[in-house]
Amino acid sequence: MVDEKGERIPLTIADWNVKEGSITVVFNEVGRTTHKLASVKAGDSILSFTGPLGLPAHVEKFGTVVCVVAGYSTATCLPIVKALKAAGNRVVVIIRAPSKDMLFGDVPLRTVADQVIVSTGDGSFECVGFVLEPLKEVIEKEKVDRVFTAGPVCMMKLVANTTKKPSKIPTIASLNPIMVDGTGMCGCCRVSIGGETKFACVDGPEFDAHLVDWASLMARRCTYSIDTQSPVKYQCLNCAQW
Amino acid sequence: MPQKLNLNRVEMPRQDPHARGKNFKEVALGYSPEQAQEEASRCIQCPKRSCISGCPVNVDIPDFIEAMRKGDMPGAVRVLKSKNALPGVCGRVCPQESQCEAQCTLEKRKAPVAIGRLERYVADWEQQNKSVMPPPPPPPPPTGKKVAVVGTGPAGLTVAAEMAKLGHGVTMFEALHVAGGVLMYGIPEFRLPKAIVQGEVEYVKSLGVELVLDAVIGKIDTVDELLANGYDAVFLGTGAGLPMFLGVPGEDLCGIYSANEFLTRTNLMKAYLFPEYDTPLGMGKRVAVIGGGNVAMDSARCALRLGAKEVYIVYRRSKAELPARHEEVENAMEEGIIFKFLTNPTRFLGGGRGWVSAMECQEMELGEPDASGRRRPIPKKGSEFVMKVDTVVVALGTTPNPLIASTTEGLKTTNHGTVVADEKTGKTVKDRVWAGGDIVTGAATVISAMGAGKRAAADMHKFLMG
Repeated sequence: MVDEKGERIPLTIADWNVKEGSITVVFNEVGRTTHKLASVKAGDSILSFTGPLGLPAHVEKFGTVVCVVAGYSTATCLPIVKALKAAGNRVVVIIRAPSKDMLFGDVPLRTVADQVIVSTGDGSFECVGFVLEPLKEVIEKEKVDRVFTAGPVCMMKLVANTTKKPSKIPTIASLNPIMVDGTGMCGCCRVSIGGETKFACVDGPEFDAHLVDWASLMARRCTYSIDTQSPVKYQCLNCAQW
Repeated sequence: MPQKLNLNRVEMPRQDPHARGKNFKEVALGYSPEQAQEEASRCIQCPKRSCISGCPVNVDIPDFIEAMRKGDMPGAVRVLKSKNALPGVCGRVCPQESQCEAQCTLEKRKAPVAIGRLERYVADWEQQNKSVMPPPPPPPPPTGKKVAVVGTGPAGLTVAAEMAKLGHGVTMFEALHVAGGVLMYGIPEFRLPKAIVQGEVEYVKSLGVELVLDAVIGKIDTVDELLANGYDAVFLGTGAGLPMFLGVPGEDLCGIYSANEFLTRTNLMKAYLFPEYDTPLGMGKRVAVIGGGNVAMDSARCALRLGAKEVYIVYRRSKAELPARHEEVENAMEEGIIFKFLTNPTRFLGGGRGWVSAMECQEMELGEPDASGRRRPIPKKGSEFVMKVDTVVVALGTTPNPLIASTTEGLKTTNHGTVVADEKTGKTVKDRVWAGGDIVTGAATVISAMGAGKRAAADMHKFLMG
């Protein structure tokens, strides 16, 4: 919450430094609050900040883990990739970016992960296309024990569909519904997981991607789009929501 | 000399129902000095003083009323505040009709002294006349003991004030960005102005209590970490913050809110001032509020003020079983809220973009009394009908947030998620940990939480000094 007239929004911690007492967050400027947050200068303070909330990422030795990420999640998956490596996993990261210019966060990932594949929409860097093609290629080439995905809801949904059939690979999605308090009080972030209602702020954010009711999540994410999002470019034009 | 009984209870002026349905200003306007004087004079100072036993925090009611009658307002404030740290809140939201006023000798003549209104008058007088108040008594010598109070709602604020007055070092931890708990996020501005709540919080802080905001205990620090890091005792007053849903199909559609979300957006985040404030609230024109308690009334009246054209209270029993305070039901009816009794939603239907567009309901009839003593609602076969709605608020009640219980070892909880604590002392089964308010009882009233806070504070003090 930036100021006393502000809104409470959830952000994922991308990195931290215990010695300095600092944390790093990465966000995309899409609405009122992220615009405000972007205008904060070095040395300024914001009204309210609390966390970490929710449950920590589930990390153990799975074998080979593929992380499929896009947008700001490219930065926020770094601690998870580090932890997966530390637990002895082979980690392949597939990053989706619209173009080479809009790619970020791949450099630190390259120093940690065993392999990083970048997929750009316009073909300006590495492979052309969406994340699904490189994901399918990796699955064909080697035995994948687990998939982790974070990013736009539609991408996570498609990743979940890809890992469901023909061979089912356990897939975890980091969900990002709208939240208000972040402590389990309001139920705004409720998601349907295998028919059961869960609160992403306290029970999540990680859930079994094959059990998520994606249509409901996509609709609920857009509840306030008209009121709060300024640029039309963030209203995905081919999305059933519009 | 026998005194002639005055049975004319002085009414409190209220905003006109039509005008108030369009603003968030306080509905009840409070007594004028003359009205307060007249009402205070109605108290016959009977020797029974039974009103005191009707008050969960045992305010010396006849004494503060007598001070008012004599024109000694600072004296009235002193009497009131010696037992009640939050009189401005209690004077507004306590169900006096079933507590102090129900015990009043004049109640037998159907004209109990309006104790709540007088309490409010004294509290408001103090807020406006701080400069003429005598300085507070000097703080007691520090005991050197440290107490952590988790949650800053009515229970937490009461414990903090009591313990500070006894000389203990008190830190209050609040998960949100502002103190007050349900008084801030739940009860609307038009019933309890937030400036009044913050005035009471400032008073508690003025007693030497430290306030830490944005501190989600159970996540940032656990209760055991507090106990290990220098706190001699911990009080849990984290309330009943987990909303209940109906569990019927379509409940995840956009435009369907828990009352907690609806009220938090409106009251705490001030969505009624959007876009000046950043938090939006997607409000339609036909709103259905499901439930019949005070929270349902608050939600319906907020919806009206947020610009809804038609607001329905949909309740599965009849008017006689409404759990809300009579006064709040009357206020809602006056403002034009439409009540649909003996009606229960069975599913929600979606329109474009996943928004709710209609609600299928079932008519009910009342059968034999159930465990709660109220007649059980039974669905009428073939009575399904569809109501067009574009916003739904589910106000079915709340249970305690499991965040503390799930992260605290050795705390015992019931099947309902409430924390087990001794009724008289608030002591939990865990060493050095007390609890009180909605976390123990499930959703109840502000004053019962304060009463629990007082009893817990007394027992904690005994333990710390023993």
